[in-house]
Amino acid sequence: MRRIRAAAAVVIAVSTLAGATACGGGSDTSGGGSNDSPKTLTYWASNQGPNIAADKKILTPELKKFEKQTGIKVKLEVVPWADLLNRILAATSSGQGPDVLNIGNTWSASLQATGALLPWDKANFDAIGGRDRFVDAAVGSAGAAGKDPSAVPLYSLSYALYYNKKMFADAGIAKPPATWDELVADGQKISKNGTSGKWGLGAEGGNLSENIHHAFVLGKQHGADFFDGSGKPTFTSPGAVAAVKQYVDFMAKDKIIAPGNAEYAQNQSLSDFSKGKTAMVLWQAAATTFASQGMKPEDWGAAPVPVESGTPGQGKGTNSMVAGINMAVFKNTRNTKGALNFVKFMTSDDEQKILNKSYGAIPPVKAAQQDPAFSAPDLKVLKDTLSTSAAPLPQVASESQFETTVGTAIKELWADAAAGRAVTTESVKAKLTKAQQQMTQ
Amino acid sequence: MTATETPSQVPQAAGGDVLTSGGARGRLPRIPDRIRRGGLPYLLLLPALVLELLIHIVPMIIGIVMSFRGLTQFFIRNWSDAPWTGLHNFKVAVDFNAPIGEALLHSFYVTLAFTALAVSISWLIGTVAAVLMQENFRGRGVLRTVFLIPYALPAYAAIITWAFMFQRDNGLVNHVLHDQLGITDKPSFWLIGDNSFYALVIVAIWKSWPFAFLMVMAALQNIPRELYEAASIDGAGMWQQIRKITLPSLRSVNQVLVLVLFLWTFNDFNTPYVLFGKSAPEAADLMSIHIYQSSFVTWNFGSGAAMSVLLLLFLLLVTAVYLFFTSRGRKTSDV
Repeated sequence: MRRIRAAAAVVIAVSTLAGATACGGGSDTSGGGSNDSPKTLTYWASNQGPNIAADKKILTPELKKFEKQTGIKVKLEVVPWADLLNRILAATSSGQGPDVLNIGNTWSASLQATGALLPWDKANFDAIGGRDRFVDAAVGSAGAAGKDPSAVPLYSLSYALYYNKKMFADAGIAKPPATWDELVADGQKISKNGTSGKWGLGAEGGNLSENIHHAFVLGKQHGADFFDGSGKPTFTSPGAVAAVKQYVDFMAKDKIIAPGNAEYAQNQSLSDFSKGKTAMVLWQAAATTFASQGMKPEDWGAAPVPVESGTPGQGKGTNSMVAGINMAVFKNTRNTKGALNFVKFMTSDDEQKILNKSYGAIPPVKAAQQDPAFSAPDLKVLKDTLSTSAAPLPQVASESQFETTVGTAIKELWADAAAGRAVTTESVKAKLTKAQQQMTQ
Repeated sequence: MTATETPSQVPQAAGGDVLTSGGARGRLPRIPDRIRRGGLPYLLLLPALVLELLIHIVPMIIGIVMSFRGLTQFFIRNWSDAPWTGLHNFKVAVDFNAPIGEALLHSFYVTLAFTALAVSISWLIGTVAAVLMQENFRGRGVLRTVFLIPYALPAYAAIITWAFMFQRDNGLVNHVLHDQLGITDKPSFWLIGDNSFYALVIVAIWKSWPFAFLMVMAALQNIPRELYEAASIDGAGMWQQIRKITLPSLRSVNQVLVLVLFLWTFNDFNTPYVLFGKSAPEAADLMSIHIYQSSFVTWNFGSGAAMSVLLLLFLLLVTAVYLFFTSRGRKTSDV
């Protein structure tokens, strides 16, 4: 009896652990795709609209159109951002995935390294009308330099500074800030050292990707990159440290960000903005979200993200990452031809106009960009930023680790700032050193 | 079954087989005598055994094999290409002077403290509640049901509610502590920084004490009432009754209960993951989420697997030592 119980306890011990150790076996990984099931496709779309239902509503009529043209039925699944990368990893290791999927363009090089995605060589590009149809910078953010891109750009986005016109007028501010000094000064006019109950700027301290995007752009402005030419991490360079410190100082030193933002990770900063609690946010294509939260288009304005010199450009004038969604074909697809056809459809001039208008994004297809709808004031800011002053995040295989390690470091610094602990050059450097050490295994 | 019986059964079994294959004329095949006599229980266990193998043992072995390979993002599409790296992953994990080992050790300490607090308090609350519920009073049934709600709720939904309550600006916890009672001078953070450890412990206790309550309550039903009656005739008070009758009678249940609570709590993944997301604050960096981050988030599955194997070894060791000591104590008390 006693022995049985001991054995039972051991079985429990072992089985509670199995979950931690196991994660499915990969077997069918031989070769590429086939054309075994030409009549159906599975499509994983990323969540672009205010919620998943909105995405389904936008995409379903387009998929029906495609079915009518080609007879191919597309099964749609909209995957939330928090799950998308894990789902792709699981699909990669099991070989059981969708035929066509959306990826965040910053993952391009990391996913390219896994070999899970169909490379876009000349033949594949020709099948969808040629590489020349796309904006160069957008294709540049679809994989490591010198390799065939792992995906095709679908929606392009960039950061802009969104501001609340009424709050600006109330504080006597005539125009949106063009430099960081102006932004801090304007922010302080509104937050008055935290005594007014209103705040200058919003941030998503708990969102690792947001942290990275801002650190990257500020890094560029300080003349620093987070990776050197050979793809080795350089997180602790003086420029990188200064960039991270400048970002966290908006809360720690300048006191224009509410301390509570340190734990935000579910776009709470956007609802604060819509409710008139914060006057500015740095965001990519926020128009649809503002509208869904009850803001009218005349309530807010969009301006380029500030730079030190006041004039955005390349190099130190960089004021946004090249943000966007790419469309990839899973190498194990059983309908390669149909998948290419579907990508061709989604990147056609007409569909590009329809989809990007719905999502408030900029088409990465040159011809579609000419549509006057993309010259509306807020979209013009995004378009100009993309064409003149945006730079792609490092296209290196370890980009996703960079997001995690440095993103976490910044999250911890936000927590320090929010708790009133000092954020110094040394403390920033210590966190970044730790992040970098975790990269080298 | 003794050893002397076995040889005589072998020919019988063989004969049964012949009968089965030969006599297939619409009749159901005869179950061999040996299986009918001694083997039936094993036959019935077979499906469970096969499933156990498939669901637990095989993935575990795969996990152990993974821990010896350099399974990074470059190889997840075809695992068999990943290079064998021997003990490299383990060396990195236990090199406590280097950042990765240091972080693992820190996470180990956090997990130990978390487990000790959560298990002991859960057990205490569960036992006290179960003892109090022994008395017959109005509303006992309702209270029992209410107590079991946290155990019945789906973990994800319950924890996400806690996450909302712990929010600094709009959360219920700060609303009560700060706005209404005025205990803190300014709203505290619960989901980031040092307080996150306490938030984690509170949610874990809330989640697991009903299980302790349920187990202890069931065990209490088995203690004969005469014992208490005799004790009270002898003049024992309530406290003495609990110490001399209740706790010793609960001994065997507690032995399993504490072990199971320990293993569940030590491995808890849902609570930190839903509360904090992919990267837990340093103060609340439990092993399970740490390993998750080391494998899924940084795409180094070999390293994550090595840490899991270390965790497995540690828990097996704890379990063995625990059972050794509790069983030995039992032997002497049984005499």
